[in-house]
Amino acid sequence: MNIAALLAGLFSGILGSMGLGGGGILIIYLSLFTKTEQLTAQGINLLFFIPIGVLSIIIYSVKKQIKWNPTLKIAAFGIIGAVAGIFLTDLLGGDITRKIFGGLLVLMGISELFKKSTALNKNSRNKK
Amino acid sequence: MKDKTKRNLLIASVGAGIGLVNGILGAGGGMLAVPFLKKLGFSQKESHTNAIAIILPITVISAFIYLFKDYTDLNEAFIYMPTGLLGAFIGTYLLRKISPVWLKRIFGALMIYAGIRLLFK
Repeated sequence: MNIAALLAGLFSGILGSMGLGGGGILIIYLSLFTKTEQLTAQGINLLFFIPIGVLSIIIYSVKKQIKWNPTLKIAAFGIIGAVAGIFLTDLLGGDITRKIFGGLLVLMGISELFKKSTALNKNSRNKK
Repeated sequence: MKDKTKRNLLIASVGAGIGLVNGILGAGGGMLAVPFLKKLGFSQKESHTNAIAIILPITVISAFIYLFKDYTDLNEAFIYMPTGLLGAFIGTYLLRKISPVWLKRIFGALMIYAGIRLLFK
């Protein structure tokens, strides 16, 4: 157990608990420093996130910051998507599917930075 | 199409998209979840906390499938959890303190970075 591993876990935990996608860091660390295979690294990252996510949710829901109704609905469809995604990766191979998503993420990141936020509902909540 | 149907269709398709990302990349889906929650009317910070509520159940299922298909190593994951949990304490505290504007900027930058990395890997 070395310092780099501990730090990788630490920063992934910080970013992950903030909803900032801490996943990137751990996967990068695993592939660069431990020469872990991509798929193995992804699985490790998924497993890693579970306790981090649980702890974060507990802390946030104590402060009444979680709205379970819409989120669980979305999550239900997400589970279907995840199963489909894993199946798709089996089919197309990891590289192609990852490149497609890389492109999508870049586009979304750019729009996130430059777009003014809009709400679908007429009565949008106030931004805090 | 009625507004409510539109909204439900959106929830279904974006939800599926979030799961797709999670299963394919083995990570989050927050990149889709956070902007979507904002579109639904959540504030910046609420979008981040509720994104975790969405991603957690999805991650559990993805992780199980990965384990079932023998893609990954549970023992390896344990190494990172202790400091990860410490990180979660720090992160949840930081989220309270950070300004929504900076949160949005950091998030946008991370998304672009993640996307570029994926494109060129």
